[in-house]
Amino acid sequence: MVKRMLSQAYLWLLLIMLYAPILIIVVFSFTESKVLGNWTGFSWKLYSSLFHTGAHHSLVNACLNTVAIALIAATVSTLLGSFAAIGIHHLRGGERKAVEFVNTIPILNGDIITGISLFLLFVSLGITQGFTTVVLAHITFCTPYVVLCVLPRLRQMNPNLYEAALDLGATPLQALRKVILPEMRPGMISGFLLSLTLSVDDFAVTVFTIGNQGLETLSTYIYADARKGGLTPELRPLSAIVFVVILVLLICMNRRDGKNKQLTR
Amino acid sequence: MQGENRPIIEISNVSKHFGDKTVLDHVHLSIKKGEFVTILGPSGCGKTTLLRLIAGFHAASEGEIRIAGEEVNRIPPYKRPVNTVFQKYALFPHLNVYDNIAFGLKLKKMAQPDMEKKVKAALKMVGMTDYEYRDVDSLSGGQQQRVAIARAIVNEPEVLLLDEPLAALDLKMRKDMQMELKEMHRRLGITFVYVTHDQEEALTLSDTIVVMSEGKIQQIGTPTDIYNEPINSFVADFIGESNILNGTMVDDGEVIFCRHHFECVDKGFGKNVPVDVVVRPEDVYIFPVSDAAQLTGVVQSCIFKGVHYEMTVLCDDYEIMVQDYHAFEVGQEVGLLVKPFDIHIMHKERTCNTFEGVLKDDCHVEFLGCKFECLPVQGQAPDTPVTVEVDFDRIVLQDDAGDGMLTGEVKFILYKGDHYHLTVLSDWDENVFVDTNDVWDDGDQVGITIPKEAIRLKFV
Repeated sequence: MVKRMLSQAYLWLLLIMLYAPILIIVVFSFTESKVLGNWTGFSWKLYSSLFHTGAHHSLVNACLNTVAIALIAATVSTLLGSFAAIGIHHLRGGERKAVEFVNTIPILNGDIITGISLFLLFVSLGITQGFTTVVLAHITFCTPYVVLCVLPRLRQMNPNLYEAALDLGATPLQALRKVILPEMRPGMISGFLLSLTLSVDDFAVTVFTIGNQGLETLSTYIYADARKGGLTPELRPLSAIVFVVILVLLICMNRRDGKNKQLTR
Repeated sequence: MQGENRPIIEISNVSKHFGDKTVLDHVHLSIKKGEFVTILGPSGCGKTTLLRLIAGFHAASEGEIRIAGEEVNRIPPYKRPVNTVFQKYALFPHLNVYDNIAFGLKLKKMAQPDMEKKVKAALKMVGMTDYEYRDVDSLSGGQQQRVAIARAIVNEPEVLLLDEPLAALDLKMRKDMQMELKEMHRRLGITFVYVTHDQEEALTLSDTIVVMSEGKIQQIGTPTDIYNEPINSFVADFIGESNILNGTMVDDGEVIFCRHHFECVDKGFGKNVPVDVVVRPEDVYIFPVSDAAQLTGVVQSCIFKGVHYEMTVLCDDYEIMVQDYHAFEVGQEVGLLVKPFDIHIMHKERTCNTFEGVLKDDCHVEFLGCKFECLPVQGQAPDTPVTVEVDFDRIVLQDDAGDGMLTGEVKFILYKGDHYHLTVLSDWDENVFVDTNDVWDDGDQVGITIPKEAIRLKFV
């Protein structure tokens, strides 16, 4: 009995430690105080001012930029990574090991290094840095993760499936579309979502490739804001909204997974 | 009609290499329309590769393949009039039973009502009516294989290729499916090409059996031909149980083996020619010692096999396997008799090892990629090409591969009653044949040593 209570207590402690920061942000998004931690009564004011044009327009803009970059980068790297995975899967032993190793280097490599090297690359090629370079940079570091998500799906696949499709009259392209892609889809979806979160999260690579044309993403905006002195209070409702959106997404995905499993079993 | 008797599949002079490994070595095979042909052989003999060449998943390195009279070497699998049933079913997991079977028909843009009729007919053919909307993962192995067969035959191929389709099923299910496949073949009337390593399956199902080993076709014939008249010791050993013994053909109709003269029906081998003798264990009569006995021996073991007893009888130095409905006790003295018609004589493929070599100096010769010491020879210039002969029983095999002059891998073991005849593949891809009393296993790495007295040189 005591043992059970102890283990319960441990679990709750852990959960509180994990979620307290988020909870605090959410709670304090409903008050007007400029300083975090000062409760000055319940209010929607921060939410309304977040969506009003004016002083905080750049924050919403940064948020939109982040989403746009993440969507483009995740889509492109999912496509690139999936096709790369098919290629890697069909290489012979030694070559495959080599390519898989090369694929893991960008993952293990520090973000700073990736950021600096991309910065130097763009500068040496004379490319003006801005939206495009950020997207390109994000595609670069997301693609290896997609490869890692898709490869296991291909390994699990019955090796005769592609041949079976050809045998039944499908051209290689039809076989890819009707048999291989459906088999890869779960891996592609998780690769896409992973890329999305990686891209939204990224600061180190973004800051080196964003240039000085006034483009801001959420992470660079917050960084600049914090340096100017104190965080804008509107960040609190924004964080709360982002958190809720992601929570809803997660719940939806879990529901869907559960349903699929019930169907196949 | 012209071409009515033309073979549906003609394979002429086809070889296939993967890197420097030869998997198929100049294969010739023609398959008649409507036949049930089984390609039979141990794993790694090239049987699946041959099937994949017909299906179009591999391209032949040389030679020509024709299906229905048309050369298909350059035709991709999706344009060939054949369909394949894979060993591991290879059903599309994201589609249900109906969509799996309709896959080929949808690609042909068949109209919905026709398609439904055909899918239903195919399901009925494999005994899976009412399973249309089931998920394929929810089916048992046998049911999945039925769906895989339905998916293939619904396209009405000229030839159905089956790659060990029953290998993953349990024994009982396998037996049932064998009968169903045979019945299906009869009703559909199309050609079946069936690959298996199970000789019993091959004997049960086929009109024609093609026995393969090491990339070569050993024998083509009906199941009875193959069983009763195996062409060489490999086929005799692979199909059914057999006693394979060294013998000498004294004259037409007379053969010596186990140090005893036997009357036989084979002719035309010449006089005093070494031969292989095959006697099936069920053809040996066993009885208490009497005057009728050709051989006498002592029972070494007796095992109950369900229908019969399998006994080993030691006659002089030869172990002979006997199957009979009556059991004889271990240690009992018995008489054996073999009728002339039941003795099958085969030409020996070789009576000693023959290698191409080069004389290096007076007492060294190079062959099998190594330099061997030999008895001194006089009056021959160095670098003279030479044929080297070594008797099977003079080659020494060592446990520790490092101890031999060269190393090899045991590929094939044949028990000859009083000794083992091994085929050892040397490092340089040449076969070395060895007679030994020691027990080795398939795949053993061995050292090979050839004493200098055993090396016979023949100058051209």
